[in-house]
Amino acid sequence: MAHPHPPGQPTPVEPAEDAWLRPDPALLRLRRTVTLVLVGALVLTATAVAAALSDPTTALAVLAVGLGLLGMLLLAVERRTRAWGYYEREDDLLVRRGVLVRRLSVVPYGRMQYVDVVAGPLARRYGLATVTLHTAAAATDAYVPGLRADEATRLRDRLAALGEARQAGL
Amino acid sequence: MSAGPPPAARVPAAPPADADGWHRLHPLTPLLRGGRFGLVLVVVLGQQGLRAESALLGLGVIAVAVPLVAAFAYVTWRAMRYRLTDTELQVDSGVLTKRQRRVPLARLQSVDVVRPLFARILGLAELRLEVAGGGQTEAPLSYLSEADALALRMRLLELSAGRRGAAVPAGGPTAAAPPELLLVAVPPGPLLWSNLLGAPVWTTGFLLVAVVVTAAVDPRAFGVVAFTVLPVAFGVVTTVVRRVLTEYGFRVSESVDGLKIRHGLLETRSATIPAGRVQVVRVREPLLWRPFGWVRVEVDVAGYAAGGGEEQMSTSALLPVAPKELAVALVARVLSGSLPQPAVPPPPRARLRSPLWFRRLRVGLDDRHVVTTFGFVTTTMDVVPLAKVQSLRLRQGPLQRRLRLASVHCDTAGRRLPGAIAWHRDSDEARRLLAELTARARAARSR
Repeated sequence: MAHPHPPGQPTPVEPAEDAWLRPDPALLRLRRTVTLVLVGALVLTATAVAAALSDPTTALAVLAVGLGLLGMLLLAVERRTRAWGYYEREDDLLVRRGVLVRRLSVVPYGRMQYVDVVAGPLARRYGLATVTLHTAAAATDAYVPGLRADEATRLRDRLAALGEARQAGL
Repeated sequence: MSAGPPPAARVPAAPPADADGWHRLHPLTPLLRGGRFGLVLVVVLGQQGLRAESALLGLGVIAVAVPLVAAFAYVTWRAMRYRLTDTELQVDSGVLTKRQRRVPLARLQSVDVVRPLFARILGLAELRLEVAGGGQTEAPLSYLSEADALALRMRLLELSAGRRGAAVPAGGPTAAAPPELLLVAVPPGPLLWSNLLGAPVWTTGFLLVAVVVTAAVDPRAFGVVAFTVLPVAFGVVTTVVRRVLTEYGFRVSESVDGLKIRHGLLETRSATIPAGRVQVVRVREPLLWRPFGWVRVEVDVAGYAAGGGEEQMSTSALLPVAPKELAVALVARVLSGSLPQPAVPPPPRARLRSPLWFRRLRVGLDDRHVVTTFGFVTTTMDVVPLAKVQSLRLRQGPLQRRLRLASVHCDTAGRRLPGAIAWHRDSDEARRLLAELTARARAARSR
């Protein structure tokens, strides 16, 4: 076969935009809150320091810059969280993520070695967890954060069952 | 189907479990886990405390720190539990960040019982699992009592062998060495020359330039320059010598077990590449070797060699140096089939993203392999058998997006070589390539 992909032939990999499954909306709330708290504290501290060390105009300027940064970060967090998606196909799982660097991973069920469900303390408070797929390749980076606990369990069990059914050797 | 173990080796009763079948690790685990750290802490703080006048302060810190460490270890121990079902090993762990790991038994390659020193004293052992193809051990269970560890190991091996439908390896020495067919022997002349025509040449050139510049600008600084330059030169010389000694008398033979590689002057080493275990093959063509038509072939093999007793390959080289036609023929033989030609170039605008590599970026695929090339000074060709592809990734950085380009990554279980990457393709072409690779990899897996 000379040309590996004659134009107009094979179907694309990705499903329609609305077919992608996404993290729970609570993830966005969680990330927004964390950003607000952490960066907000930083901005306030910086402003206070500026106010103490120099004149109010500088302090105001610092505050303005800080608030601008905070706004940009919040926007970035929102875009990044919205960009996450996963889709279960017949033989593999698709995971897409990233805004600046866009990534799409295709992980065949038969290649999955094990599935991790990880939840930090904050995520647990919101009832969310991250599902990570591992293959024998270190470069596989398919993970989806912000899944509700029951969805995470469902996904993990389904992936484990499919992986078992289609497992391929090395 | 596998045969059960003989009655004499019946598995001892499993340790007590709770209502759902979850087991805890041995209660002494926190002592072991925290004990080592606590010991170090005591020693360090003890030294500090003795030196300073405030020995009391040192003692006070110890009195606070040790119970803290112990408490932390205890809490971590309580949070950890494991359960063995028919299909998988489940391990839950973590206090703040909870983790649930499920290891399908069909993936289990080997289970080792390891007894570190302190554990041995207390009669405990650690269980390490090796999952198919993984280089590092995963999900270690530490610590269990020795009896529990051995029992769990037996059960894991039984269940996993049953799931895989293979016989549990009995272990023991293999029969007499099978006959071998010598394929390639690397003569010492090219080996030496090829090593010299690499780092040494570049380093010498660089050094010459440095010397000339120093002499022209400030001859008095000559001594300083020579002083810094000498260790570098020495390092290069030692590297070359070591490499030549290791790869001297390189021979590749074909045997029933797979490809056998022997090399070494002072110390002969051997390794076996089982047929069908090769994950990635890389053929490198450095600039300085081009007049001779020499290339270097490297492989990445998953898992240890079959038939135990032979170490993992100490060099990843399949052929340290060889003429290109010979190397390609050997690679075709290793991968049992001819390779597709890497013929398809990226779109012209890829030159903006990757000006140096642009001329050499190519990709080619057929039903069984995918081949990519890249490089500027050294042309590198990666070959990945489609049946070995683990995951496929499409990646598009911000500059790539501006230029409507994307790269396709084929990941393998190889540890040293990442796999094949088709760089900077047109983004539609990349999507089609991803779909094509997915389909062909699936077909190749089921063959």
